[in-house]
Amino acid sequence: MSLPTGIERKAFDGQEALATRGEPVYGEPTANGWRRWDPHRSKLGAMLELGLDTRLEAGASVLYLGAAAGTTVSHVADVAGPTYAVEFAPRPMRDLVPVADSRENLFPLLKDARRPETYAHVVEDELDFLVQDVATTEQAIVANENARFLAADGTLLLAIKARSEDVTQAPSAVFDASLETLESTYEILETQSLDPFHEDHLGVVATPR
Amino acid sequence: MIEGGWFQDLSDRDLDGAIRAITDGQADTPGDWPTQAVETGFSEDQAEYYEFLHEATVAAASTQASSKEQATDQQLVHAVRTMDDLSETVNELAERAAEWAGSLFGESEQGLDYVLAVAEREPQSPVEAEVIDLARSVRELENRRQRVRTFVENQAPAVAPNLSTLAGPLLAARLIALAGGLQSLARKPSGTVQVLGAEDALFAHLEGHAPSPKHGIIFTHEYVRGTRNEKRGSAARALAGKLSIAARIDQYRGEPHPELEAELDERIETIRAGGEGE
Repeated sequence: MSLPTGIERKAFDGQEALATRGEPVYGEPTANGWRRWDPHRSKLGAMLELGLDTRLEAGASVLYLGAAAGTTVSHVADVAGPTYAVEFAPRPMRDLVPVADSRENLFPLLKDARRPETYAHVVEDELDFLVQDVATTEQAIVANENARFLAADGTLLLAIKARSEDVTQAPSAVFDASLETLESTYEILETQSLDPFHEDHLGVVATPR
Repeated sequence: MIEGGWFQDLSDRDLDGAIRAITDGQADTPGDWPTQAVETGFSEDQAEYYEFLHEATVAAASTQASSKEQATDQQLVHAVRTMDDLSETVNELAERAAEWAGSLFGESEQGLDYVLAVAEREPQSPVEAEVIDLARSVRELENRRQRVRTFVENQAPAVAPNLSTLAGPLLAARLIALAGGLQSLARKPSGTVQVLGAEDALFAHLEGHAPSPKHGIIFTHEYVRGTRNEKRGSAARALAGKLSIAARIDQYRGEPHPELEAELDERIETIRAGGEGE
């Protein structure tokens, strides 16, 4: 699979790795202005590394839920156009602010992804991508609720964390239930376990019905 | 139906207004905000819209994150201890003032209410001035105690939202203070949480001359106090279990987890219905 424009494989200490161009954020290795994108620290990075067709493209508009300290969203904003980054916890937000400060297309929002009405007055509609990596229960419902921001031909890139849903159930059962919930709102295009980069995580590519 | 973009009530480039609008505003559905901002004349063009949106969202996120972070558990601990010190001091001084005033005015009333009444009087002699002044000091300390208590009740939900929902803000704050902080509370087994505040009884038990305490400070919770005596131990154990989980979620995740309350309600109902004995 070819990588989206703006994401390239570059050599870092002799090893090929995914990379984007931008200000370094978390002490990642850099080479000639390219920053290494570590798939072990980023579910989206793992999805790209594992060859899922994410349909990402340069200049796309993005809503990112669960931005945390900005590890992944910084790479997304390096490549994409307007990028809205929602994070609920104040502590990681403190780290995300300088990341956003140095990227004029990155808009940080201290909001709860389960309550889209608290940021729909800021985040625009008809977005190209909804990227979601939130460690809460009912991750599929969060994705469904936030479908209102996506264009009809937009793409959901979702990482489902089995342990956040129910630690007592087998991850495969959790994934099946989540996908079923998602299907009320989305057409699932592709799924892929994020092993070995992230244990008990499922990567999902979907588009609104 | 709540509609409209964050900029709809703003005059151009009002950063403080923009921060408030982003922080507190709502809308049911998103819109094509960049286009609307240009059409309504809020922005010259989309590039300018995004530039100001960037400035405003970064400022809003930074302000909000730091104000939420200042709501730390350690400040809550100080406030709870201050509240307790004030209670003790108010009680002690009120007792002294009541005794003194009683002898001076030939009255035999006692307690804080009497002292507060004395504080309203106008002194007729130098000795009355002393007593009334003392009563006024007590009144001032009592007012301060109430203010600190209000502060604690407002801060606790910011520090520990789940624990405050389950325990009520005051008990949540007391548990955090007894443990010395949210992290140490989160690390305690629920059996310890159950008897926090009953250390004297616990050590008497460990020395072998008393029964084990069934509850500590969590006795103030309706679910313990309002449960009949023979089921009280079960109720205390169930409550302490959920409070421990709530403290852990607050410490390590910091997000609301509304299911906990429903689970606790159900558990207490079962216990009160007599499902399980001690």
